[in-house]
Amino acid sequence: MRFERREQRSLALLLVTPLLAVILALALSGFLIALAGASPFEAYWNILKGAFGSRLSATETLTRSAPLILTGLAAATAFRARLWNIGAEGQFYLGAIAAAAASSQLFGDMPGLFQIPLLFIAGALAGMCLLLVPLWLRLRYSVDEVVTTLLLNFVAILFVSMLIDTVLKDPLAFGWPQSVSVSDEAMLPKLLSRSRLHLGLVVAIVLAVIIYFVQARTVFGLNSRAAGLNASAAVFAGVPLARTLVFVAMISGGFAGLAGAIEVMGVQGYVTTELSPGYGYSGIVVAMLANLNPVGVVFAAVFVATMFVGADGMSRAMDIPSYIADVTVALSLLAMLVAIFFTQYRIRR
Amino acid sequence: MTEVALEIRSVSKRFGRIVANDNISLSVGKGEIVALLGENGAGKTTLMNILFGHYVPDQGSVTVLGQELPHGSPRAAIQAGVGMVHQHFSLAPNLTVLENVMTGTQNLWSVRSETAKAREKLLALSERFGLQVSPEARLGDLSVGEQQRVEILKALYNDARILVLDEPTAVLTNIEAARMFATLKDMARQGLSLIFISHKLDEVMATADRIFVLRDGKSVAERKVGDTNKAELAELMVGRQVTRPVRDASNPGSVVFQAENISIIRDGIERLKSVGFYLREGEILGVIGVSGNGQADLAQLLSGTARRNGGTMNIFGEAVGDLSVAQTIALGIGRIPEDRNHEGAIGEMAIWENAILERLGEYSSKGFVDRKKGMAFAKRVVDEFDVRGGGPSSRTRLLSGGNMQKMILGRNLVEPKRILVAAQPARGLDEGAVAAVHERILEARRKGAAVLLISEDLDEVMALADRIQAIVGGRLSPPVQAEKTDSRQLGLMMSGEWSGVEEADAL
Amino acid sequence: MSEVFDILTSAGLWAAVLRIATPLIFGTLGALLCERSGVLNLGIEGIMTFGAMIGWLAVYNGADLWTGLLVAAICGGIFGFLHSVLTVTLGLSQHVSGLGVTLFASSFSYYVFRLMVPVAGTPPTVEPFQPVDIPLLTSLPFFGDAFFSQTAPTYVAIVTAVVLAYVIFRTPLGLAIRMTGENPHAAEAQGINPLAVRYGCVIAGSALMGVAGAFLTLSAFNSFFPTMVQGRGWICIALVVFASWKPSRALLGALLFSFFDGFQVRLQTVLSGSVPYQLFLMMPYILSIAALAFMARHARVPQALMKPFRRGER
Repeated sequence: MRFERREQRSLALLLVTPLLAVILALALSGFLIALAGASPFEAYWNILKGAFGSRLSATETLTRSAPLILTGLAAATAFRARLWNIGAEGQFYLGAIAAAAASSQLFGDMPGLFQIPLLFIAGALAGMCLLLVPLWLRLRYSVDEVVTTLLLNFVAILFVSMLIDTVLKDPLAFGWPQSVSVSDEAMLPKLLSRSRLHLGLVVAIVLAVIIYFVQARTVFGLNSRAAGLNASAAVFAGVPLARTLVFVAMISGGFAGLAGAIEVMGVQGYVTTELSPGYGYSGIVVAMLANLNPVGVVFAAVFVATMFVGADGMSRAMDIPSYIADVTVALSLLAMLVAIFFTQYRIRR
Repeated sequence: MTEVALEIRSVSKRFGRIVANDNISLSVGKGEIVALLGENGAGKTTLMNILFGHYVPDQGSVTVLGQELPHGSPRAAIQAGVGMVHQHFSLAPNLTVLENVMTGTQNLWSVRSETAKAREKLLALSERFGLQVSPEARLGDLSVGEQQRVEILKALYNDARILVLDEPTAVLTNIEAARMFATLKDMARQGLSLIFISHKLDEVMATADRIFVLRDGKSVAERKVGDTNKAELAELMVGRQVTRPVRDASNPGSVVFQAENISIIRDGIERLKSVGFYLREGEILGVIGVSGNGQADLAQLLSGTARRNGGTMNIFGEAVGDLSVAQTIALGIGRIPEDRNHEGAIGEMAIWENAILERLGEYSSKGFVDRKKGMAFAKRVVDEFDVRGGGPSSRTRLLSGGNMQKMILGRNLVEPKRILVAAQPARGLDEGAVAAVHERILEARRKGAAVLLISEDLDEVMALADRIQAIVGGRLSPPVQAEKTDSRQLGLMMSGEWSGVEEADAL
Repeated sequence: MSEVFDILTSAGLWAAVLRIATPLIFGTLGALLCERSGVLNLGIEGIMTFGAMIGWLAVYNGADLWTGLLVAAICGGIFGFLHSVLTVTLGLSQHVSGLGVTLFASSFSYYVFRLMVPVAGTPPTVEPFQPVDIPLLTSLPFFGDAFFSQTAPTYVAIVTAVVLAYVIFRTPLGLAIRMTGENPHAAEAQGINPLAVRYGCVIAGSALMGVAGAFLTLSAFNSFFPTMVQGRGWICIALVVFASWKPSRALLGALLFSFFDGFQVRLQTVLSGSVPYQLFLMMPYILSIAALAFMARHARVPQALMKPFRRGER
């Protein structure tokens, strides 16, 4: 069996690819559900019901989508320039704690109109800083950033854990390790009353659209794509490689940090070490399912959020561990990789 | 003819819509040297890959010493006594010479590598054929010529009776090449059969006993070397009358670029050692030399990607520091990079994006890319430089090598340039495309551009350059006037012998 | 200062060093074998998690401990096969496939574990490996407690490192593996099938990763809980670079690393209160990053690492 590069890739094929990948992943997980002695169709129906069956569940799914869009954008923008940022999880936590710290220590008395943007910036800056370290190690010492960003996740979470144990500990939390809360003015306005759905979703979608245009239309977008596709040709054409990568890292780390800040300001108001159920890692899946397209990220994030929220409900209704959602999401990443491959190659005997 | 060592019978191979080999037959006798002559893309390499089991043919058979080979098994080919010397050596730079040679020669499941025995055998072979190597040396530390010896020894170590050499002289100076052909003739006398693949008529005429000519995947002729001549072979190979453009008399203008005592150290190695040269309007300076002697850094010097460690540069009479890419573009320097796919273009990007990438400043405003203007520029490049195979918005990967090169030439020369740096501009192109590229370079010269042509092809340099300097081990020879030199003298210069050359008019 | 001296001279520290090192030795050797053939296997973190889960589960369901390790190895090999299909046959990005395998293997472990073991207040346990009593050596003063009171898998890990070093540098198979990692085209030209070599190495390497995980649940601890691998897989990937792709140095690196880790744990108890414990827990990760930065430039990377091999495509 040999593979042959396709000369033309049809647009339809590109659009259908993620759908095929998701269907394949659902089929494989369905098999695992069946092994557990339940009906996959019933399970998926329950997942759908759990995610969109009521006003509460639908808003919950959308609430969960917001951080996933942002961590998905973090991965998508970085991967496009072949900057392997696997550290969104750590950047998320640093962004979250930066927002809590900035609100409680610096800007707490400011009205929301000024405070909220400042906390966004604080969160984004924290995420950026964490990603600039591995980028510097790559540019200076040629250290593969995959491993360093992965390792820094653990460092960042321990650092956050240390802060909420010490200087940022909430004195009123009866010894629970949780950080001081952001001030009430810093809490993001709700989009719908009687729900947790907050402004963060709008911010995430707007940023996805903006970054789409930045990538498609600007000099920076072209440069970062060139840097990712063929670094030596980019250098020959005068693309400032290091500078472009630093910008990419700032955007990518910024998105992940912002995701953390928004989660704190939108949902619970304070930081714990359980703030993220793996948003950083799921962001990678979101980005790949979207084929690194920023607008596609929005849809992929909603799919992943649907799986997570729906699986919780399904798990309560049936005796299937909710981990099936993580399994499906991971399988959809693998299926997407294979699907992308077959948009580029055909089988030839 | 004596005993037949190898017979290839009606082999065909298709890749997608391209027919790479169409019903080709060929035979080689024991102790015979056969040349396989053809242009790039004529199907020579495909045929040899089939012989060696890398590819499975769609039809046909390969028989070695009376025994038919199974398709698609390099292992069977090796065991039958076929050895191959690849154009891009199949060697691992991080391993030693002995390890490179030994790989795969023992049963993989034996519990111990028989290193001492292998070493003995290697040294015996190296003695017998006069191919000196040191078994313990790390391969990456050897010169290109030495690496080729290892590649040949590797084939001999496997008891090859039939040796296939793919473009063996592409990386050698004429002197090294002459020595290698002497070795090959010696091998043939010792009973080995040899096939060498080439598109160089001189070496084919000088070395081969019989010649097979391939064109467009078909075998078009078989000639004994005594029954043919270069002119006939050239026509058979190309299939049509291609005339390369002729350079008219030179009429150089003023000096636009001058470099003195330039040194460049990269990765801890001194790539350029105090070199000097100058370029004049309406004149082509040819730099001839075997690849890997500092050409890359010489080209980078004028392409804005090099950092000097010493020396001075003057452009249009003004001293300049290290140039950035943006500065070279602003100064009106056109740049044809050595490696099209690696540096010249990004395959996954559109043609229009590749056309404007190096001058994004002109094709953008306030940070936004001016797509319309870029498309218009790309359309001019495609139309005026006859780029076939795609429009401005097609992916660049779809272009053939020749058309990609025309696109690169076009983006540089649509607007006239004062200086043009062309590194190996015709490498790997077929005859038609070579002529087109040469014509464009001569046209730039006619319009007054000062051209730096860096090439390892002697014919190309003699045809295009007005003045010639040789590059060896990071040093440049003094320039010689093209009319006052010949291939013999240039060959000597390429191997570092330039005492007593008659220097072209010094400034 | 005297506390530091006490720590260094306690047999407990040295016993802990070997214990902490064991999963790292297995994991690093596994990753090293994959990379020698040219495949980066970032599936390691997930494969270790799965090995930890499935090895434990086998023993919990009545298998003996060695069978538990074997089951973990086989399952590791299966994930290695999956990674090979993606990266060797299809030639996909080794980074992304590896992460995909990790995400899949770890979530799949949690799923299976939840399915097979009902939720309980205290996690169920198994009877883990016991220290082996070596005649004479174990009864030596200090040295006996420090170095010869380990469980059997620890000795297996050390033997594996020696065997792997021999195979890679002294056998025709090892040469074929190295050649495939340096230049698969050259390997093919010498009659070796690079695809088969890569499959073999990735499967065998992943089996070692499975064993590395199972050591955690069958020797170091006696129960399984999610996130128990705690980045050990990524540390192994860093150790491979630190070891310059040499098994002997991998062994050394893992021991050195575990020494710092064991030392910091003990220092933590001495200094408890004055320094937040998280700072100590960060040390292994920061050390790994420092080791990478220190070695990356000097190491001779296998030239074909992360480069897919497709026949007839250069």
